[in-house]
Amino acid sequence: MAWTDKRPMSPHLQIYKLPLTALISISHRITGVINFVGIVFLVLVLARAAGGEESFAFASALLSSWFGYLVLFGFTFALYFHFCNGIRHLFWDAGVGLDLESAKKTAPAVPVAAAVLTLVTWIVAIAA
Amino acid sequence: MNSLRTPLARVKGMGSAGEGTDHFWLQRLTAIGLVPLCIWFCFSMASLPSMDYATFTAWLGSPFTAVMMILVILVAFYHAALGLQVIVEDYIGEKGIRTASLIAIKIGCVFFAVTGVFSVLKISFAS
Repeated sequence: MAWTDKRPMSPHLQIYKLPLTALISISHRITGVINFVGIVFLVLVLARAAGGEESFAFASALLSSWFGYLVLFGFTFALYFHFCNGIRHLFWDAGVGLDLESAKKTAPAVPVAAAVLTLVTWIVAIAA
Repeated sequence: MNSLRTPLARVKGMGSAGEGTDHFWLQRLTAIGLVPLCIWFCFSMASLPSMDYATFTAWLGSPFTAVMMILVILVAFYHAALGLQVIVEDYIGEKGIRTASLIAIKIGCVFFAVTGVFSVLKISFAS
């Protein structure tokens, strides 16, 4: 049914442009769920390795392919994003920087630090 | 007597939920534990020259790697169970689906954590 009420509405998620602090906040949850998928994937790889060489063949081929690298790169970034924002949360829990101005200042540092850590990890991975 | 609450209930400060700050505190405690564990995990994995069977199992065969990997699994799944619980509690209102999801999260996390630890031990003891 079409919306006919002409009165102004309060900000709605589909219309309201999320500020960066809010985007980082919801991304923390989303990356948390991705990290859960990541550790389940890790357990599956470990279980395949525990089953012997033949059992590990598919996991090994997948993890050495460009598709596997792409997935692992995504998992790495999601992990570091949650890691960096998690440290931000720990500081807030200790009462440090728990005000709007500080939150606005530290928000952009999260994706930047996560990107740097991801790149450093992958430089190590490719060099090894 | 001004209140119907017993002195014991008042001093425990648990409220009607019957629990205190356990969830909040363990979420933070596991988060602090995961800071060094995540760095070790990422860089140790990244340092592997390849992902073939021999390299992977030799890596897990080292006692230090095995212990660290078991810690990663246990602490990460504990942290994940607490985090997923909050997400379900926030977004799922319907009582039946909500309770079923909360049970599924706990059972799922325990299942995968036990599978992970067993796998690490099996590889580690075999090499």
